[in-house]
Amino acid sequence: MTGIVVVSHSRPLATAAVDLASQMLRSGGPRIEVAAGLSDTELGTDAAAIQTAIEAAMDDQGVVVLMDLGSAIMSAEMAVEMLDEDDAARVRLSWAPLVEGLIGAAVTAAGGADREEVATQAELAAEAKRMQVTGG
Amino acid sequence: MTERKTTVTVPDLIAWLRRTGELMAEHAAELSDLDSAIGDGDHGTNMKRGFAAVAGVLDEDFETVDALLKRVGSTLVSSVGGASGPLYGTFYLRMGTSQKGATELDAASLLGAMSTGVEGIEARGKAGIGEKTMLDAWMPALEAFGRAGGSLADALRAGAEAAAAGRDATEPMVATKGRASYLGERSAGHIDPGAASTALIWQAAVETLAGGSDTGSDDGAAS
Repeated sequence: MTGIVVVSHSRPLATAAVDLASQMLRSGGPRIEVAAGLSDTELGTDAAAIQTAIEAAMDDQGVVVLMDLGSAIMSAEMAVEMLDEDDAARVRLSWAPLVEGLIGAAVTAAGGADREEVATQAELAAEAKRMQVTGG
Repeated sequence: MTERKTTVTVPDLIAWLRRTGELMAEHAAELSDLDSAIGDGDHGTNMKRGFAAVAGVLDEDFETVDALLKRVGSTLVSSVGGASGPLYGTFYLRMGTSQKGATELDAASLLGAMSTGVEGIEARGKAGIGEKTMLDAWMPALEAFGRAGGSLADALRAGAEAAAAGRDATEPMVATKGRASYLGERSAGHIDPGAASTALIWQAAVETLAGGSDTGSDDGAAS
């Protein structure tokens, strides 16, 4: 099952987003790892922590990484470069918005989809929301 | 007259990094103020925390330039927190990797190492000159260093002056990269905090590596 890594500046934000997504999952969902904040209270991102989270979430189908903004993206890109080649080739960084994307990704991964499909569904979550808000 | 320094050794680099950390701590409030104007207000805190973590590893045994700089880079990556972590982290990591096995650097290899590091910053930040980032201090500094000729001290001073001028030149620029880009036109009128911290790195270089210089002997004395 495709693994998921949630990267955020804020640990509480990331764990709350995971809680929200987990509501959508019955038993046996994908492995979701969090790499967020420098500590429980300090905001920030850490490429080495992201690398560890990706390794922990790694599956034959790969890993999708969801990020909030700014340095979260830069740190995630750096983390991928720090992985060994086999793992790096199985990571997909998704531009999906964090909360909506995570829910889309979690549900899709739970259905057994590969990393490309999981990332695509995460990214479509933004469009689904747009349609819901604007009525089409 | 004091002997001129022609190479930078591992202990020299350690002194440079230590002084960089002191300057980051001294200027932390100022850097965060600059960042409050156009970003999330944490650049000073982040750099101070990052270089404090670096200071904590400088007492380890480092035989080569690359061992030292790689340790510094990975320490920054894990302790800075903001975008400067991967940016400065990449700078030192690449700078180190470019000098595998070296125990000292002459002016040319120091320039080569810093240039490789700055290419890493460009790649990591997907930015170029004129986008109101630290590159606006780094690039003119490297150019001035390379053009300076003369002693290592002269080159470092020229680099530091260009870094400071580059920092000041970011004030009217409109940011297109980083958190400041959310502000668009409103980002103009403020110095970029990353360019300011880069200028401090150069200031630290002059203070620690340009010692034993010829100041007053063959320039300025006659005027």
